[in-house]
Amino acid sequence: MWDTNLVLGGKEFTSRLIVGTGKYSSMDVMRDAHEASGTEIITVAVRRVSLPSGESILDYIDTKRYTLLPNTAGCYSADEAVRTCYLAREAGLGEMVKLEVIGDQRTLFPDVIGLLEATRTLAREGFTVMPYTNDDPIMAKKLQDAGAACVMPLGAPIGSGLGIRNPYNIKIILESVTVPVIVDAGVGTASDAAIAMELGCDGVLMNTAIAGAQDAVSMAKAMKLAVEAGRLAYKSGRIGKKLYATASSPLEGLPDWTS
Amino acid sequence: MSVTINVNGKPMQVEPGLTVEGLLTLLNVKREYTAVAVNREITSKATYATVTLSEGDKVEIVRPMGGG
Repeated sequence: MWDTNLVLGGKEFTSRLIVGTGKYSSMDVMRDAHEASGTEIITVAVRRVSLPSGESILDYIDTKRYTLLPNTAGCYSADEAVRTCYLAREAGLGEMVKLEVIGDQRTLFPDVIGLLEATRTLAREGFTVMPYTNDDPIMAKKLQDAGAACVMPLGAPIGSGLGIRNPYNIKIILESVTVPVIVDAGVGTASDAAIAMELGCDGVLMNTAIAGAQDAVSMAKAMKLAVEAGRLAYKSGRIGKKLYATASSPLEGLPDWTS
Repeated sequence: MSVTINVNGKPMQVEPGLTVEGLLTLLNVKREYTAVAVNREITSKATYATVTLSEGDKVEIVRPMGGG
């Protein structure tokens, strides 16, 4: 095995790609995309049961095979987010949570003050807290100190597909914390995921990039390969960048064509 | 005689003394991966049969849905 596992809350994962369950064209497509992505962790939202109660998303997710990661999407305060995590735990979704405290409806940027408060509360209560945060190295360090199991900086706004807009900050975050760094949000296509992994990130979380693709199942496969390729390239140690050429072929031993 | 409670944002007339367990049965809600809160307090599964609902109670019944 060429790589170590991703460790979150004492659990080990081989796949470094975390995927969602939102916005798929059908439940069958979602199930096939999960399979193609090779993921081991799947995010879900926690919402009111539609009454009368019908089909469940969990009819399409093998919970013995995948670890569910409930999120607190749509929560605009630490209190709401914490209560949602308690509900998720009571529902039997486990203690690993993707913590979101949203600050603004238009950008869906995190409210990092509420996020920090909720992280502290939930970590104390024994949750494995995976906070969605902005690409701020100072905040990443504060979240780690508050007990976060990893930090999940955004690459770009949720669902925007703009890619990794500030790779330098991601790089500084990687130097600032010892917990895993997982890029969450902003990925649009395979190269974005590869860039995140080449920077040295420990994983990538995405939903829309796969679910919204014209062929979600093949995009899921592309993302799997991109995360693996990026990770492998990072571990391999890339060459330095230079402005001018360096010949790959020897300069000696060229035949003499002068007359 | 009945009492009015609020279930997932909608008013509902129920018999007095109805328990959370009774409500879930009435609504045909699967217990697996479901959680209930009454008046913002989470109700543990162990107490479904003993917690009774009163006039004006706000009940939230949640389960996993698609999300990222």
